[in-house]
Amino acid sequence: MSKDKKLLKDGKRIDGRGIGDLREMEAEAGIFKRADGSGYFRMGGTEAVAAVFGPRELHPKHRQKPKRGILQCRYNLTPFSVEDRKRPGPSRRGKEIGKVSEGALSSTVFLEEFPTATIDVYMEVISADAGTRCVALNAASIALADAGVPMRGLISACAAGKIEDTPVLDLKGEEDKDGQVDLPIAMNVDTDEITLLQMDGMTDTEEMDEMLELAIKGCKKVAEKQREALMKTFEDSR
Amino acid sequence: MMDITEIEEQAALDKIKSGKRLDGRDLKKFRDIKVETGVAKKAEGSARVTFGDSKVIVGVKFGVGHPFPDTPDEGILMVNAELGPMASPNFESGPPGKEATELSRVIDRGLRESEALPLEDLCIEEGEEVWKVMVDIHILDHDGNLMDASALGAIAALMEAKIPGYEDGKVLREEKHDFKIRRTPIACTVAKVGDRYIIDPSLVEEEIVDGMVTVTWTEEELCSLQKRGNGGFKKDELIEIFELAREKSDELRKIIE
Amino acid sequence: MGKKLVEDKSNVLPGDVLAEGDYLSGRGTYKEDGKVKSRVLGVARTDKSKISVIPLTGGYIPKEGDKVVGKVSGIGPSHWWIELDSPYDGYLSLAEGSDEFIDLDETDLSDVYDIGEIIYTEVIKVTSEKDVKLSMQDRICKKLSGGRIVRISPSKVPRLIGKGGSMVEMIKDKTGSRIIIGQNGIVWVSGGEEDLALEAIKTVDKKGHGDGLTEKVEKILNRR
Repeated sequence: MSKDKKLLKDGKRIDGRGIGDLREMEAEAGIFKRADGSGYFRMGGTEAVAAVFGPRELHPKHRQKPKRGILQCRYNLTPFSVEDRKRPGPSRRGKEIGKVSEGALSSTVFLEEFPTATIDVYMEVISADAGTRCVALNAASIALADAGVPMRGLISACAAGKIEDTPVLDLKGEEDKDGQVDLPIAMNVDTDEITLLQMDGMTDTEEMDEMLELAIKGCKKVAEKQREALMKTFEDSR
Repeated sequence: MMDITEIEEQAALDKIKSGKRLDGRDLKKFRDIKVETGVAKKAEGSARVTFGDSKVIVGVKFGVGHPFPDTPDEGILMVNAELGPMASPNFESGPPGKEATELSRVIDRGLRESEALPLEDLCIEEGEEVWKVMVDIHILDHDGNLMDASALGAIAALMEAKIPGYEDGKVLREEKHDFKIRRTPIACTVAKVGDRYIIDPSLVEEEIVDGMVTVTWTEEELCSLQKRGNGGFKKDELIEIFELAREKSDELRKIIE
Repeated sequence: MGKKLVEDKSNVLPGDVLAEGDYLSGRGTYKEDGKVKSRVLGVARTDKSKISVIPLTGGYIPKEGDKVVGKVSGIGPSHWWIELDSPYDGYLSLAEGSDEFIDLDETDLSDVYDIGEIIYTEVIKVTSEKDVKLSMQDRICKKLSGGRIVRISPSKVPRLIGKGGSMVEMIKDKTGSRIIIGQNGIVWVSGGEEDLALEAIKTVDKKGHGDGLTEKVEKILNRR
């Protein structure tokens, strides 16, 4: 552990936030015309858009499930979303995030009502400053609701972590890079069910308890922002 | 999604023959155009452009690399376009197909042939290290005429781009140095329908036109041409198209100046 | 005893708790842990014992008895496949496809309905595997030629029809257009002032949630 405290000074973080504060958020629903549903989400310097198509016919046919539909996610960083230009198309990291996103969203959708069909969720990160999978999922959840997909509830995501031995909420780039733990989660805040959970770093159960508590509080604030964006679509259709 | 374009295509055709468009536009009118710059915070330059319901985002990144052997003292321009599955129910994931490749290459040629970028100023060490200017076009929502929207986005993103610093093999992105564009090449696509010309074709219209030409003009010169899709043109028709594109590209240039 | 937690006509999101206890879960809702919750973005409708949510948007899933507008997408030895703007195509058998006897040795099925043609048809059966059977037996069902097609959100179809057909009748009356509305959100418009009719229909789709819709549409129709 390095002695010089760079990320945390008198309980304040490099961007002036307290340990339990989220970055500034922005959200919007219905941003694209061709997609069945779409959404935008921003947390500080990280922003993503998402589009939903379906339920629609799944090809190839051999992947169809007779009793329920499936939900497929594609997560991708645009080439200009990071410091050094990234090669276009999903990387190994991107594919893994696509996979865990499917796990995060599938359980909230009534997939049993769409045998053989698919719901496709496409997420593109426009700008990456840590927490990209959470921000992308927040946009995706807005897009699903905007598409009119029947769901048990919204999925809201944010990360907690540890910097300089202190649990904090919603890491930004520099904190993520030099931090000790990154803990992204996604959950249904109405039922308290956590549907995405990943963690990198060294910690223990007690600290995890603390960080999860922070992340859950964060998700509740995210859910309010998502709600705001979706409620606005009612006004637009007046 | 059920393809209803056949019916809409007939309606679009009938309309154009009567001098109007499905969306009520005149034949030689653009849809509503919006250009916002500085929209991707990690990019050195960026722009989001909407033409009606078509929406593209363009980001410019700088990097350092080896020069090409035949231009050892010049920087490198790279243009790439992604027509991902997000933009349309008919697109699939995977590497860029023919449409995306044509899109990026036409825009590449417009920028290159017009010598819009000062590539000779982008040499760091002759034969060893030069700046790479990487323009990435990302299609978000496809309702036709991606070409003109993307080209406008590319030049708008390049106009606002700042070049980072470079020291001891490290790119210093917090430094922002001037990057001056010499000219503003603007692509304008003119489509022929029977004996009429239209600009800014929508997705449905792109299906019914008898041919399209994308014409790229700088302030003074015509710098790139691409006849797209099926159909053919006579010389006199082309001359008329070049002049129409020139007039219309001036309109687009005003938006980004 | 139950407790209602939202007002009638409230805007709700998926997961919102609408009522607790003995309330019945109507369409657009589900029941979990003794609570009635919304499953879609929509408007809550409450009556004495039942709560439903009218969705603001969403795709079409075929239901028995629905009249829909579809497109012929395939022809088999003795049937047609019909695209319905749904994950599930419809199956139209020869027997259900025509009143008249068709001698397969004499007639090509494409002479009856050809690929790409648009038909107004009825959903007569949907299995649990979502096999969808269609019929043209109802006299109102027919092939639709020419005209224009517009796609609206299936959830807005009731608004476009209006109380006792009042909305669509008004649009027909003012534009002189023939209009056929599929429950799947595909609307066919032919003749009269097609553009004006389309504009009115698109307005219902876009603004179909608020009050005073009739006045808004009337304004458009009177503008000609």
